[in-house]
Amino acid sequence: MAVIADLLVQGGQMLVVLALAPLLTGIVRKMKARLLRRQGPPLLQPYRDLLRLIRKEAVVAENASWLFRVAPYLIFAATWVAAALVPTFATGLLFSWSADLIAIVALLGSARFFLALAGMDVGTSFGGIGASREVMIASLAEPAMIMVVFTLALIAGSTQLSTVAGYMMSADVGLRVSLGLALIALIMVAIAENARIPVDNPATHLELTMVHEAMVLEYSGRHLAVIEAAAFLKLLLYVSLIASVFAPWGVAQAGAGLTAYAIGIGAYVVKLAIAGILLAIFETAVAKMRVFRVPEFLGAALMLALLATLLMFMTRSL
Amino acid sequence: MASALSLLCVAALLAISAGAIVLARSKRATPLVYGAACAASSVALVSALAQVMFPPAESPAIILPLGLPWLGAHFRIDALSALFLVIVNLGGAAASLYGIGYGRHESARARVLPFFPAFLAGMNLVVMADDAFSFLLSWEFMSLVSWALVMAHHREPENTRAGYIYLIIASFGTLCLLLAFGLLAGPAGGYGFDEIRTAAPTSALVPVILALVLLGAGSKAGLVPLHVWLPLAHPAAPSHVSALMSGVMTKVAIYGFIRIVFDLLGPPEWWWSMVLLFFGSISALIGILSALMQQDLKRLLAYSTIENIGIIFIGLGLALGFGANAMEWAAALALTAALFHVFNHALFKSLLFLGAGAILNATGLRDLDKMGGLIHRMPVTAFAFLAGAVAISALPPLNGFVSEWLTFQAVLVSPELTQWGLKVMVPTAGAMMALSAALVAACFVKVFGIAFLGRARSTVVAEAKEVDRFSLAAMLGFVVLCVLAGLLPGFVIDAIAPAAEFLVGARLPVQAHVPWLSIVPVAEARSSYNGLLVFAFITASASLAIVLIHRFATRSIRRAPPWDCGFPDPSPMTQYTGGSVAQPIRRVFGSLLFLAREQVEMPPPGDTGAARFRVDMRDLIWEIGYAPIAGIVGFAADRLNRMQFLTIRRYLTLVFLALVGLLLVLVIWL
Amino acid sequence: MIHPLVYDVAHLLAGGMVLVSFMLLYQDRMHGLLNVFALHALVLALSVSWEALIQHAPHLFITAAIALVVKAIVIPLALHRIVRRLNIHRSVETVVGIGPTMLAGMGLVALSTALMLRVTPSADALARQDLAFALSVVLLGLLMMVSRRNAVSQVVGLMSIENGLILAAAGAKGMPLVVEISVAFSVLVAFIVIGIFLFRIRERFDTVDVQALDRFRGENQ
Repeated sequence: MAVIADLLVQGGQMLVVLALAPLLTGIVRKMKARLLRRQGPPLLQPYRDLLRLIRKEAVVAENASWLFRVAPYLIFAATWVAAALVPTFATGLLFSWSADLIAIVALLGSARFFLALAGMDVGTSFGGIGASREVMIASLAEPAMIMVVFTLALIAGSTQLSTVAGYMMSADVGLRVSLGLALIALIMVAIAENARIPVDNPATHLELTMVHEAMVLEYSGRHLAVIEAAAFLKLLLYVSLIASVFAPWGVAQAGAGLTAYAIGIGAYVVKLAIAGILLAIFETAVAKMRVFRVPEFLGAALMLALLATLLMFMTRSL
Repeated sequence: MASALSLLCVAALLAISAGAIVLARSKRATPLVYGAACAASSVALVSALAQVMFPPAESPAIILPLGLPWLGAHFRIDALSALFLVIVNLGGAAASLYGIGYGRHESARARVLPFFPAFLAGMNLVVMADDAFSFLLSWEFMSLVSWALVMAHHREPENTRAGYIYLIIASFGTLCLLLAFGLLAGPAGGYGFDEIRTAAPTSALVPVILALVLLGAGSKAGLVPLHVWLPLAHPAAPSHVSALMSGVMTKVAIYGFIRIVFDLLGPPEWWWSMVLLFFGSISALIGILSALMQQDLKRLLAYSTIENIGIIFIGLGLALGFGANAMEWAAALALTAALFHVFNHALFKSLLFLGAGAILNATGLRDLDKMGGLIHRMPVTAFAFLAGAVAISALPPLNGFVSEWLTFQAVLVSPELTQWGLKVMVPTAGAMMALSAALVAACFVKVFGIAFLGRARSTVVAEAKEVDRFSLAAMLGFVVLCVLAGLLPGFVIDAIAPAAEFLVGARLPVQAHVPWLSIVPVAEARSSYNGLLVFAFITASASLAIVLIHRFATRSIRRAPPWDCGFPDPSPMTQYTGGSVAQPIRRVFGSLLFLAREQVEMPPPGDTGAARFRVDMRDLIWEIGYAPIAGIVGFAADRLNRMQFLTIRRYLTLVFLALVGLLLVLVIWL
Repeated sequence: MIHPLVYDVAHLLAGGMVLVSFMLLYQDRMHGLLNVFALHALVLALSVSWEALIQHAPHLFITAAIALVVKAIVIPLALHRIVRRLNIHRSVETVVGIGPTMLAGMGLVALSTALMLRVTPSADALARQDLAFALSVVLLGLLMMVSRRNAVSQVVGLMSIENGLILAAAGAKGMPLVVEISVAFSVLVAFIVIGIFLFRIRERFDTVDVQALDRFRGENQ
C-alpha cells in the first residue's frame, strides 16, 4: 500500500514536471514582454506551440543520419528523467536512491552531448558554431555545478537529493557562507546552462549571438517540439533544484497525507511563478555578454563554488 | 595451478612468436599468428577470470630455474595480479581478433607479426613476476618489443624520432626502477617480493624510493611531465598495437606502481598523497587540453590516455591519503574507484583506438580535417565509436560514469582527513577532475562530430567502405563490455574487492547483496547509484515519447536540402574543422597553457587574394624540460667528441693521470 | 545564550565582503569598478554595524557611518568625477587576464583561511573565521593593486585593503574611536593628494597608464 502510494507520488512528479515546464517559460516570456511595455503572448502559448509543432511534418536534411532523428528523443528522455528526480512538491521520492545529484548533473551532460552531436550532424557552419560554443560553456559550467553539488553534499552529508532537501528543511542548517556562495554559483550556472541572457539569447536567430538556437537550427516539426520541451524541462529542473534546496518551505514530507501534497503543489506553483518573474526582470535588466566574456563569468562561478567547497573542507562549519 | 596455466599460455605466446619469425613471409601467416595469439590470450583470460571470481585460499609461487642462479624466477598470481591479468589478456585477445582482419592490410608483416605475441607475453610476465629480477627483465622485454613494434614502419621520419625518444625514456624508466628495487632490497640483497615485504627500508630512503618509482612507472604510464614519448610512440605503431599500448601497457605500468608503493613500500605517509594528487591533476588537465588541440586522431587519443592516467593517479593518491590516516574503508573506496577506472579505460580506450584503426584501414587517413560523414559509409564502426565516446565522456548509463562517480564519492569522504595540505589539495584535485571530465566530453564531441558526422571533406572518405568482420567483432565486443560494466557495476566492484582487501586491508560492502543491483559504496543513507534503473528509465521515457507522438501526432518526414538559414553552401569546406570546434576552448585555456596565438592576415579591400589564418602553439613542457637537456647532452657530446682524435701521447697521458689519481686516493684513504 | 543565527549573519556579512572583493577583481570597466567599490564599503558598513549590535559597542556605529558616508558615497562620486574630467581610459587593463587573477585570488583566500585557522588555535572559533575573511579581503586588495595597470584601480585596491583592516579590527572586539577617526582622515588626505597628482600626471603625460609612465622613470632602462 505504501509502495503504491510512493509509486503514485513518483509518477505524479513526472507528470507534474512535464505539465508545468511550458507554463514556466510562458510566465517568463509574458513578464519580459510586460516589462518592455508590450502585451506579450498568452501564458499558455508554449503549450500551443508544442502542439502545433508536433502535428507538422518534419523536414530533415538530405544528408542527416539516424543520429539526427534519434537525438531529440534521447535528449528529452535524459532531461525528463533528471527532472523527475528533483523534488518539487514532495521529498522522499521512490527512486531517488537510483540517481543522486552527481548523476543528475551527468544526465544533463548526456543530453548536451547528443545535442551538440546533432548540431554537427548536417554539416553546416551554424551547427559547428553552436556545438563549439556550447561545449566551451559546458566545460566551465559543469565543473562549477559539480563543486556546488560537493558543497551541498558536505553540508548535508549525502549526495542524494531527497536527503539534501530534507536536511535543508531542518533547523540545524543555519545561514552559512558556503551556502550563500553555492547559491550564487548555482544561479550563474543555471543562467548559462539554460541559455538565458546574459549568456545566450533564447529569442534570437542571429549567428553572432546563438549558442543553443544554432545547434537546433535544422530541426523542424515534432523533433523541434521534443527539443523545445526538453529545454523547458531543463529550465524547470534548475528552478526546482534552487527551490528545493534554498527555499524548501511547503514541500511535503515522504508519506504525508493528501492535504500535504496539495499544499506542496500549491507552494511549488507559487515558487515557479516567483522564479519566472525574477528571471524575467533579470533578463530585461542586463545586456548579453560578448561570447568570450562568458568564460570569465563561468570561471567566476567555478571559483565561487570551489571557494565554498574549500571553506567547507577547511572549517567544517562555515 | 592457475599460475602454471598462465605460464603455459605465456610459453605458448613465445612459441607463436618464434613461429612467426619463420612464417612471416607467407600469405597465411597473419590469420594463423593472430588466431593462435587470440586463442592463447583467451585461455589465459579464462584462467585469470576464474582466479578473480573464485579466489583460492593461498597462491603459491612457481619458481623456475631461469635467470640468476641463486634466485631463480618467481611467478605468483595473487588478487592484484589476477585482476590485471584479466585486463591484459582481455586486451590481448581483442587486439588479436582485430588483427586477423586488420593485419591483411599491413605492409611490413615481418616486422609486426613476430613481436606481437611476444608483446603479449611480456605484459603477462610483468604482472605475474614475484621477484625484482624477473619483474625488471619482463618490464624491459615488454619495452623493447613494443619499441620494435613502434619502429615497424621505420621509413617515415616521425616514426624514427618517436622510437628514439621512446627508447630513451623507457630506458630511463627502467634505470629508475632498478635503483628503486636496489634500495628496497637493501644491503641484505633479498630480491624476492616476500623478502622485500618483510625488510623495512630506512625512513630516509622512502622518499627516494617513491620518487624513483614515480619516475620509472609514471613515465611508462604517461604521467606529466614524463609523458612526452606517449603522443609520439602510440600513434606510430599499428592500430591494434596502439590499442594495446594505450589500453593495456599503461595499465601494466600502473600495476607496477601499485605493487611497489602499496604492497612493498610499507605503511603510507600523508605527503605521498599530496605528490600523487598534484601530478595526477596536472596530467589530467594538460592531457585533455593537449588532446583538444590535436588534429591527428591517434595523437588525440594518446593525449586522452594521459588524462585518464591522471584520474587514476588521483584515485591512488586519495587511497594513500586515507591509508595514512587509518581510514581503511575510505582507502578501499578510493582504490576501488581507481581500479575500476583502470578496467574501464582499458575497455573504452582500446575500443577507440580500434575504431581509429578501422578508419585508417578504410580511408588511409589519420587527419580529422579530411574526414567527415563516415556514419553513412561505416555505420557499425560509427556506432561502436559513438559508444566508446559516450563511455569515455563519463555519461550515464555507461561505465565511465561509474568510476568517476566512485572517485567523487571518495573526494566527498575526505574532509575527515586531518592534514592541512590534504584539506586544500583534495578539493582542488576534485575540481580539476570535474574540469577534465567536462573537457573530455568536449573533445569527443569534436572527434565524433568531425570524423563521422557532417559531410565528407575528401573523396577517399566519400568512398570509404566498412571494415571486415573480425575488426567489427572486436569493437562490438568492447561495446558490450562497456554497457555491461555500466549497467551492472556491482559485479565489477565485487571482483575488485579481493585486490582492495589485499592492498589496504578493507573492502567495500558486498554489492551483490544490495537490492535492485544498485551500488552502495559507503552506506545506503549516504549515496547510491543504479545504472540499470537509469538505463531503464531513459529507454522507457524515450520509447513512450516516440510511441505517443507517432500514434497521436504524425510520423511523416520529408527530405530536403539543409536549411542553413537560407544560404546553404554546397562546398563541404564551409563546415567546421577540428580546429574550429576547439577554437573557443583554445582561446579560453590555450593562451596560458600553450601560449596559443592566433593571427589573421587579411588582404586589403579590393584584393582578391586569400586571407590567411595562423595558430601558433608551443609545447612548454618540451621547451622547458626536455629541449635544454637535449641541448646540454648535444653540447657535451660535441666536446667529448674531441677525445676520439687525440694523439697516442695524449692517450698515454690520460692513462698515466688516471693511475696516479687512483694511487693518490689509496694513499689518502689508508 | 546567543542565538547561533546572530553569528551566522556576522559570518555572512564578512563572507559577503570577500565576495564583493572578488567582484572587484572581475570588473573590467571603470564605472562598474567604482560602483562595486561603493558596494564594498556598503557591505563593510553593514558588517560593522552588525558587530556594533552584537558586541554592544556603540562607537562602532560611528565607524560604520564614516564608512558609509565617506567610502560608499563621497569617494566613489569624486572618483567618478575625476574619471570623467580626466577622460581616463574606461576599461581596466589587467596584467594577466581575469581568469588567472581570480585563480590567484582563490589561492589567497585558501592561504589566509588555512593560516588564520592554524595560527590561532585557542581563540574563539567565530573570531578566527572572521579574521580569516578579513585577511582574505586585505590580500585580495593587494592582488588588485598588483594586477592592474590603471592608477585609479590601484587606488581602489588600496582603499579595499583599508576596508579589510577595519573589518578585522571591528571583528576582534572593537577598535578605539580616535584611531578610527585619524585613520579615516589620513585616508581622505591621501586620497586628495592622489587626486591632485592624477590631475598633474594627466596634464603632463596625457595618460595615467602606469606602464606608459614607466618610461619616464629616472634610471636608464
